[in-house]
Amino acid sequence: MRLLSIAGLDLALGGHPVLEDIHLDLDRGEIVTIVGPNGSGKTTLLKSIIGALAPQRGCIDKSPGMVIGYVPQRLHLDATLPMTVSRLMRLPRRRPTHEIDTALERAGVTQQASSQISDLSGGQFQRVLLARALLSSPDLLILDEATQGLDQQGMADFYRQIERVRQELGCAVLMVSHELHVVMRASDRVVCLNRSICCAGAPERVAASPEYRAMFGLDDEDALALYRHHHSPPSLEMSP
Amino acid sequence: MIFDDFLVRATLAGVGVALAAAPLGCFVVWRRMAFFGDATAHAAILGVALALLMSMSIFAGVLVVSLLMATIVSLLSGKGYAMDTLLGVMAHSSLALGLVAVSFVSGVRLDLMAYLFGDILAVGKADLAVIWGGAALVMALMGWRWSRLLTATLNADLAHASGIDPQREQLILTLSLAIVVAVALKVVGVLLIAALLIIPAAAARTLSRTPESMVLVAAMIGVAAAIGGLQTAYWFDTPTGPTIVSLAAALFALASVIASVGRTALRIMASRPERPS
Repeated sequence: MRLLSIAGLDLALGGHPVLEDIHLDLDRGEIVTIVGPNGSGKTTLLKSIIGALAPQRGCIDKSPGMVIGYVPQRLHLDATLPMTVSRLMRLPRRRPTHEIDTALERAGVTQQASSQISDLSGGQFQRVLLARALLSSPDLLILDEATQGLDQQGMADFYRQIERVRQELGCAVLMVSHELHVVMRASDRVVCLNRSICCAGAPERVAASPEYRAMFGLDDEDALALYRHHHSPPSLEMSP
Repeated sequence: MIFDDFLVRATLAGVGVALAAAPLGCFVVWRRMAFFGDATAHAAILGVALALLMSMSIFAGVLVVSLLMATIVSLLSGKGYAMDTLLGVMAHSSLALGLVAVSFVSGVRLDLMAYLFGDILAVGKADLAVIWGGAALVMALMGWRWSRLLTATLNADLAHASGIDPQREQLILTLSLAIVVAVALKVVGVLLIAALLIIPAAAARTLSRTPESMVLVAAMIGVAAAIGGLQTAYWFDTPTGPTIVSLAAALFALASVIASVGRTALRIMASRPERPS
């Protein structure tokens, strides 16, 4: 089922073109990752989908009544704002406690409900934000570099959690990431963005494409090595 | 009639302003708008002058000029000036312009001090009605938009994703700020309005675990400062507005001490080895 359809989207910030002629469709249940160098417009694309930035041209068609769960790139909580995990989970809409517990469990943080946000580690806070995004039972989960600041283990756990969430909720997941190798394994589809979409498709096809290699400055050997290293043996946890 | 006593009227005026300032002051602190509050308050003196020149109500004059000021600052921000520079320019030039404009008001003998430092003891029944009307309006606005305001304060993108327009919430805060400035003018004067917003909220921070409890504690501290300051000013014959703010500052210091003692006590209890029984 088609959730989101972006056609011919142009977006400029302060007079500088950031996105040009973007076409992107998203179906329920698929995990799509946007990769690209710094300043390639990844975050801007996500922001235009959630409605924080208005495109100059083109349209974003959302399926009616679609609920978006959003996990921002980095959330800076001002030190003057006291906030517990359970209060944050109730923003902006009140939720019954058992729903909050379920969401925290899904995101893998169960013990922290009454903690102050400022006492959480980076990884815990990221999971709490994921739990908050899950609370509204989203049709589309949007993650902007959600694993920034996590170590290898934390990152792998986080993506396993995302996979589990996709299976439980049947939602689509659209994420932006820098961690190419992890992303390649965890996605159904990869979109290479550098102001415009330069290539898109199944992870192995994108990894083998010349555009992708040119973008990340990999020669053939590097790309293959990277790919083989992280894709063999054939991954067990990515059963379709 | 109870409202015939000037001290009762003054107390009620102080309490009304303190209650409205509590939720708004918390947002001013959370969103780092302290200078913004200051600039809006300083612009009020220009509003007073214009109101006197055009012989309209002071409340309306202050409200309009404060709103105008807040709008201009919002429009100019992000146009190449740092926010604090811009606010510094706007706050002091509007204060200066206001003082110059006041000098043109002839005929009326104008007690400038009353507008700079407030004149809470001269609050009449009509003033009281305006203060409580404005305070009730601000509290109702804050209550109505509470979750949305809080989400927008947390993160603009998070708000967008939840279908909240952060800019509209910013506008609500700006409007509330102008109303509070207009009603607080009589109580503490333009120079100390920002103090009434920020100090109780800052004092409440260390004693609170949630945004709601911070507002509640800020309201209690504000009300205590208003009532206590009024009594102190009455018995020691000190200027009322500054006395209220001084007391709020003392409560801030007290709250800081309580919080740090509490933290130390917790640390000691946590580090003490279990005694075998």
